[in-house]
Amino acid sequence: MCGIVGLFLKDKSLEPQLGAMLSDMLVIMTDRGPDSAGIAIYGAPSDGRAKITVQSADPKQDFAGLEALLKPVDSSVAVALKSTHAVIETSAAKASAVRDLLAQERGGIRVMGSGDSVEIYKEVGLPKEVVSRFGIRQMGGTHGIGHTRMATESAVTTLGAHPFSTGADQCLVHNGSLSNHNNLRRELVREGMTFETQNDSEVAAAYLTAEMAKGKDLGQALTSALDDLDGFFTFVVGTKSGFGVVRDPIACKPAVMAETDQYIAFGSEYRALVNLPGIENARVWEPEPATVYFWDHEKAA
Amino acid sequence: MDLSVKRESLEAMRVFDLAKMPLRDLNSALHAIAPGTNDTRFEVVNPRGSHAVAVGIDQPVTVEVRGSVGYYCAGMNDGGTVTVHGSAGPGVAENMMSGTVVIEGDASQYAGATGRGGLLVIKGNAASRCGISMKGIDIVVQGNIGHMSAFMGQSGHLVVLGNAGDALGDSLYEAKLFVRGEVKSLGADCIQKELRPEHIEKLADLLEKAGITDVRPQEFKRYGSARTLYNFNIDNADAY
Repeated sequence: MCGIVGLFLKDKSLEPQLGAMLSDMLVIMTDRGPDSAGIAIYGAPSDGRAKITVQSADPKQDFAGLEALLKPVDSSVAVALKSTHAVIETSAAKASAVRDLLAQERGGIRVMGSGDSVEIYKEVGLPKEVVSRFGIRQMGGTHGIGHTRMATESAVTTLGAHPFSTGADQCLVHNGSLSNHNNLRRELVREGMTFETQNDSEVAAAYLTAEMAKGKDLGQALTSALDDLDGFFTFVVGTKSGFGVVRDPIACKPAVMAETDQYIAFGSEYRALVNLPGIENARVWEPEPATVYFWDHEKAA
Repeated sequence: MDLSVKRESLEAMRVFDLAKMPLRDLNSALHAIAPGTNDTRFEVVNPRGSHAVAVGIDQPVTVEVRGSVGYYCAGMNDGGTVTVHGSAGPGVAENMMSGTVVIEGDASQYAGATGRGGLLVIKGNAASRCGISMKGIDIVVQGNIGHMSAFMGQSGHLVVLGNAGDALGDSLYEAKLFVRGEVKSLGADCIQKELRPEHIEKLADLLEKAGITDVRPQEFKRYGSARTLYNFNIDNADAY
């Protein structure tokens, strides 16, 4: 199964509540998959700054003195510890130097995601434990996606949890299973992509990253995915300012969407949407098979 | 005293608030009804997308569901009348035996799957696989239906006032399909057939039962099985 949720806010007054709303949606989906859970939240980017979300299985050791370690590379660096994760805020110009130093000095640290605005938190365990461990309810933002996993294609580990992020400010959650991911992974490796897991959903994320790197927007990349990905999928995808949904042509993985003047919401089931404000009068629909839906804050503005 | 009046009205309509009580209470109460009882009117409030609302009814009760439901609402219904004043998730009225299920909004995938009898009315749209493997159920959809609907349908009627998606009636047996709008594509072994007087009569009957008065039976096209795939024939290998 797996449960996926997504929320794209149109009404700025709801932004402080994004984390709480998305957490509620995800926790309701717990019985679709209890193995692991994750959430990606897009906050307001600030000019010239970048965020790197990292994770460690041994945070005590790996995160000790982390800020001091990175200061020589970027004196403006700030590290916020959150349980097994840490968000490193740096100047955008120094972000790759910071990542290089991390890889060199702290081998136990894994990068969950990076970019101008995204923060990604994922861990083994139930959604309610995961969202409380990382304080997701207190987070604000413009849009976000979440996933609760019933594992099929790779091990139940932190790295095997969703969302998968394979490019700056990009991330993906997936309900389904791909059947051509091994071949596609080989092709993407040849194009220079790197992979952390044997997971099929990571391949889908990397595929979209590679397509967008060729100049496609999210909608165009999702359209190509319909031709190139084989298997079952309902994807919800986030970019810095965009939010997309696509289902395979068979469309047996469930999906419900709702739109009001205040938001666009996605849930594996209607249950995930019932606490949203004004849901009684929302336009609620089931996304069509093999049809790309996407919204963009920048294009809407 | 007006206590007696209150008691009477309680018996007239039992209300189950799923925000305050578990689903099990509702379904147990429905299953505990003895034949011939007067206690036949139920109302369900705050369903909030719950799964398996009012499944396994086997008495002629009336259930009004005020809101949208999740998976498998009114599954296996045998004689009940269930109305959902909202939309339904996957598998609504799955394997219905008899009775009536009305969805005021939309229905998700495989509505009425494997149904053996009774009437399912969907006032909005139905998603993919509507009436898959239907075995005697009658389904009336006032909007559109999705792809692979009536796949391997064996008997019963599927009436669609709007359009049908891809592969309608794939590998169809003897279910009769009536579509008023466009059919995106027909599945293997499904063909358009003549709308004869007995079909017009049946359509008129089903439209009336579904409460539809502004549509004429003559506006529909009939689709059925070409009967070439009933038994395996090596010459048809490409069609399977």
